[in-house]
Amino acid sequence: MMRLGWVDYTVMVLYFTFVLGIGWMLRRSVRSSEDFFLSGRSIPAWIAGLAFISANLGAQEVIGMGASGAKYGMMTSHFYWVGAIPAMVFVGIFMMPFYYGSRARSVPEYLKLRFDEKTRGFNAMTFAVMTVFSSGISMYAFAKLLELLLGWNFHASVLLSAVIVLGYIFLGGLTSAIYNEVLQFFLIVLGFLPLVLLGLKDVGGWAGLSAKLATVATNAGYPAGAWSESWRHLDSAAANPMGVEWFSMVMGLGFVLSFGYWCTDFLVVQRAMAADSMAAARRTPLVAAFPKMLFPFLVILPGMLAIALHVTRGTFLPLESDGTPNYNLAVPVMLGHYLPSGVLGLGLTALMASFMSGMAGNVTAFNTVWTYDIYQSYLRPGQSDAHYLRMGHAATVFGIILSGAAAYATTRFNNIMDMLQLVFAFVNAPLFATFLLGMFWRRTTGHGAFFGLLTGTAAAAIQHGLTLPHGATPGLKGGFLGAVVHTYPSEMAQNFWSAIFAWTACFTTTIVISLLTRRTKSDQDLKGLVYSLTPRQTDHGLPWYKAPVTLGVIALGLTLVLNIIFR
Amino acid sequence: MKLDLRLPIGLLFTTYGGLFVVFGLTSDHAIYARSLGINVNLWWGLVLLVFGAGMLVVSLRATRQGVSNPSRTDSTSTP
Repeated sequence: MMRLGWVDYTVMVLYFTFVLGIGWMLRRSVRSSEDFFLSGRSIPAWIAGLAFISANLGAQEVIGMGASGAKYGMMTSHFYWVGAIPAMVFVGIFMMPFYYGSRARSVPEYLKLRFDEKTRGFNAMTFAVMTVFSSGISMYAFAKLLELLLGWNFHASVLLSAVIVLGYIFLGGLTSAIYNEVLQFFLIVLGFLPLVLLGLKDVGGWAGLSAKLATVATNAGYPAGAWSESWRHLDSAAANPMGVEWFSMVMGLGFVLSFGYWCTDFLVVQRAMAADSMAAARRTPLVAAFPKMLFPFLVILPGMLAIALHVTRGTFLPLESDGTPNYNLAVPVMLGHYLPSGVLGLGLTALMASFMSGMAGNVTAFNTVWTYDIYQSYLRPGQSDAHYLRMGHAATVFGIILSGAAAYATTRFNNIMDMLQLVFAFVNAPLFATFLLGMFWRRTTGHGAFFGLLTGTAAAAIQHGLTLPHGATPGLKGGFLGAVVHTYPSEMAQNFWSAIFAWTACFTTTIVISLLTRRTKSDQDLKGLVYSLTPRQTDHGLPWYKAPVTLGVIALGLTLVLNIIFR
Repeated sequence: MKLDLRLPIGLLFTTYGGLFVVFGLTSDHAIYARSLGINVNLWWGLVLLVFGAGMLVVSLRATRQGVSNPSRTDSTSTP
């Protein structure tokens, strides 16, 4: 357990004061429901961009990526350099014109405009459940961690995170959440950087770390570079700790899961929809791509350092009951190991900030989808704007109460990341096929989209139910349909393949059913919603550093360089 | 007009920086054994101070420009 001094508590209290203070300062800017849910579409690109990555920077990122860094090594960088960055460039350049241009207030609402009511309804319901669940995971991880590290009472920590997040969203709506996400972004970067720098100095830089990781890899029976190189061991699933080969990695993680998440998840897209102009909305994910590509050094590296120290010293990380290291504690143990009182408080506050930004991101997405896409569409249409604004405030309260319930239900998996990937695989993976067809093929019909989505989600569930990762017993981890027809080397591999099956099933079903059913939307209806019927966005007159296509090309180029350096 | 976000960011990190520098100068050096003998509070405090002050300067300059020239509507420079 860590011992904190007065200076550490001062750092925490200052942070909580500022977070609530920002909410308080913004309370007067909320006059309409659009102010509350979409910041009145007034956020400049740099703020929306930093919030775009920060909203996603919840428990799954800081703790989960650190855990994956320890468990799988440098290959975890594929979540960024194959997954996130290309997807973020794609959503900025190709998809934002439809999201922002259609004036849809949410991703489900875009589906309603493009397809039909049932497709929107399905997406809104599943999304609402998923956000509550994700927010609950953040809340759970927050309280569990503070209990473990500082001996704080679990229930008190759940309450603390709930009250603070509720406080600032209730006061200032999405603007408050976005402003705090930007503050949290800087806090996370500046709070974790000393840890990474000290850790690297201790092991003798990248070269020293690679040498130690070679011991980790050979001890585990893999080639020496398996923990320090990202591409060289992908020709067979048996050659790397992640248990995946290049195809399932590029297709499953890179194409299906990452594009599914970054391009269709309202949690992140909402930040761009709040931007103050079309140009700013398109720039939002691109501004985000640049810091995002450096995040592996901030969140994965501590995990790699932890496992290197663990194996070369014989003991460092606490052990699970079965004798394997507790990977989820890689980052917290590193904080306690290297940081003295003072910067330790900053590191812990950064950790708390990441949990809170994860929660707040989900809660703001939830209250919007609930109010606009469920309440206004099905329960009480045609009320005054003030009525929906009140509903937004109420939804914030019960969204947080539901997250608390989800937090108490979350205790099953060793690696939070694996569990989130599972949820994404079922719900999000088919979604990208729907959007791709919807945005680029005008013949796609509402029936096609809806039954494609259902088939895709079912395909994911069936594939998951018929397979098992190596060494697992049937249950939540798969095989729940009775027969086990295939055993994967790892949970990651199983999840990536679930995603590939889901996407393919949705893609083909949507095409077949679209061809068999009649179009209900004319070309006129689809203007601004489909690529071929929407006037092209031109970057003329923008300086190069503001032109989306130029920024996108630079981001992809730099990402390619990073892939080559750490191959 | 909404709050200029750079103001609270600048204030928070300037405060943190000042706090760490003072704490770094007054704390017992024994606590830095774990940080490889480096007084990380002092050094990181200086980094935070520079970052925070930079944010404050940019924010205050933008406010002053906004006051002297209220018709400016370049949405990308000030929130």
